[in-house]
Amino acid sequence: MTSLRILVPIKRAIDYAVRPRVNAAQTAVETAGVRHSMNPFDEISVEEAVLLREKHSPKTVEDIVAVSIGPPKTVEALRTAMAIGCDRSVHVEIPEKADMLEPLQAAKILKQVVDREKPNLIIMGKQSIDDDFSQTGQMLAGLLGWGQAYGASEISVDGDTLTVKREVEGGTDVVKGKLPMVVMADLRLNTPRFATLPNIMKAKKKKIDKLKLEDFKERAENRLKTLKVAEPPTRQGGGKVENVDGLISKLKELGAL
Amino acid sequence: MASSLRALRPALSTLSRASRTAATVPRTFTPAAMLNAGRQMRSYTEGIAHTPVFQLTEEEEMLKESVSKFSQEAVLPRVRAMDEAESMDKAVVEGLFEQGLMGIEVEEEYGGSGMGFTAAIVAIEELARVDPSVSVMCDVHNTLVVQAFRRFGSKTLKEKYLPRLATESCGSFCLSEPASGSDAFALQTKAVKKGDGYVINGSKMWITNAMESEIFIIFANVNPDLGYKGITAFIAEKNFPGFSIAKKEKKLGIRASSTCVLNFDDLYIPKENVLGEEGHGYKYAIGLLNEGRIGIGAQMTGLALGAWENAVKYCWNERKQFGRYIGENQGMQFQMAQARLDIEAARALVYNAARTKAAGANFQMEAAMAKLLASQVAGKVSGQAVEWMGGMGFVREGLAEKFWRDSKIGAIYEGTSNIQLQTISKILQKQYTN
Repeated sequence: MTSLRILVPIKRAIDYAVRPRVNAAQTAVETAGVRHSMNPFDEISVEEAVLLREKHSPKTVEDIVAVSIGPPKTVEALRTAMAIGCDRSVHVEIPEKADMLEPLQAAKILKQVVDREKPNLIIMGKQSIDDDFSQTGQMLAGLLGWGQAYGASEISVDGDTLTVKREVEGGTDVVKGKLPMVVMADLRLNTPRFATLPNIMKAKKKKIDKLKLEDFKERAENRLKTLKVAEPPTRQGGGKVENVDGLISKLKELGAL
Repeated sequence: MASSLRALRPALSTLSRASRTAATVPRTFTPAAMLNAGRQMRSYTEGIAHTPVFQLTEEEEMLKESVSKFSQEAVLPRVRAMDEAESMDKAVVEGLFEQGLMGIEVEEEYGGSGMGFTAAIVAIEELARVDPSVSVMCDVHNTLVVQAFRRFGSKTLKEKYLPRLATESCGSFCLSEPASGSDAFALQTKAVKKGDGYVINGSKMWITNAMESEIFIIFANVNPDLGYKGITAFIAEKNFPGFSIAKKEKKLGIRASSTCVLNFDDLYIPKENVLGEEGHGYKYAIGLLNEGRIGIGAQMTGLALGAWENAVKYCWNERKQFGRYIGENQGMQFQMAQARLDIEAARALVYNAARTKAAGANFQMEAAMAKLLASQVAGKVSGQAVEWMGGMGFVREGLAEKFWRDSKIGAIYEGTSNIQLQTISKILQKQYTN
């Protein structure tokens, strides 16, 4: 059986429970003093990598490496990933105030991390909940020339063949592919465990390799320009109608019928 | 002040070494050295690496996040039902063990988490934000029971019990009796030497976690003629013949946490199950309760924070009257701000007491003050929170009324408020008596 070397790219994002607010200048979402945590889809990816190790013989999964591109505090997310079960991690540090990378920029960096770490399976969140691009994984697979499975709800490994179930409209789509592959996790893939205290302490001893953006030769330029960030318009409350007749007359009144 | 700083200095320098931003501590503190060091350090006091009292280490921060998640996802959905049923859900107890929350300070070699005292305080506070009953289970187990084994247990006792306590068996601390509460050393339970051990007869009251516990630390007197100097700590297990739970109390608050009356009828304890030395039980109990008080302080600040958050969320996001959120009225805003201020003041005392203990300095007064203020604030804020929420605070659908009921115990257990005041005034009187 081929042993798996899993790379799990993760991102530190505004916590899912926080209601994001637009900054005063309307250029971005306010991040200062806002609670951050690991992007939920990435937590699922980390959990899946650890589950694969637990499901198969320990030798099957040789190495699980978390990688993240982000400001200094990203280390916290990497430590969490290692507390859940990643063996070590790579931190590509960007300055605190730097703009968030665009998907192609992130994918190009990740490709070079792949060249360095030589994984044969990448499990990553299908999107991050801050910018919601949902593009980095596909771009990374494209740059690497690897197979990809987007929106995984079940992953099984048999030798060097991966079977991935994807939830699609009206049913399940099953894709099979050979390693190396990029798999992008959907919400229902698993329920991530809580990091236990002993594992938090163990994570402290695990290694984080530090890299800087300048360490990467191939980098993409910014392609997007943010013109303005605004709150969505406040939703107007709807009305209630008594019965079907009421509904029809309301729709007529609004010119929908 | 200066002398207490001097006393703390070695401990503080240890702390600074441990913290992420280790600052240099100059070896000498002469004015000249201070001037020379001026370029690196703005002043003498800042130079000894003071950190904000709420600053957590990276691991403590992660623990806080992990416990917060656990409480929200695994505890919160069960809180109301557990209170109504007056019993702790087994899944929650198992969860506490799985998370490593029952062996926070237990060394890794014994299967624990190997963290520090403040880590335990953080965990107790986080749990109490969601359920003070679950919090007290974690608190008593960690700060009293586990601590007793770690500090006073022989190697054999540690090897035998710490792995169990850290991973599967809850423990109880059995000191109070029907006729001895605040006057703890008037306890009547007797232990008589017999063969290769002791036979204990008597009963205990108000024993926290007793229903869930398998391991019990029992304080009994081996020689009543010696008075409190006969008090000895024994380790018993639930299945030891002669041990029985006589009654489970029905309570006003922390109803999911079990509180029981225990009976010992010729309970035989082998001599290797004497904790520490014979006749030293009273010392151990005092020492442990001093630490334990910081834990109760954290339970109370967590409770206050939970009650406050629950109420302000309602006032600022849900309830509208006269065309605006009730939390937008200045009369409400000021109360909410004042309450949060009270909570933070109590938290500052709790965290300061915890860090003082961790630094190895004397913390008896700090602990008493922290526990006292925290329980007072918890009672006051949780009561106000019910009022802010009006009808919704009064019904048993939400958690506001429960926080208020739960707060009452803070003024009672691990030293009543009057006992804390007595402790504080005794220490002060000693300092100010010529």
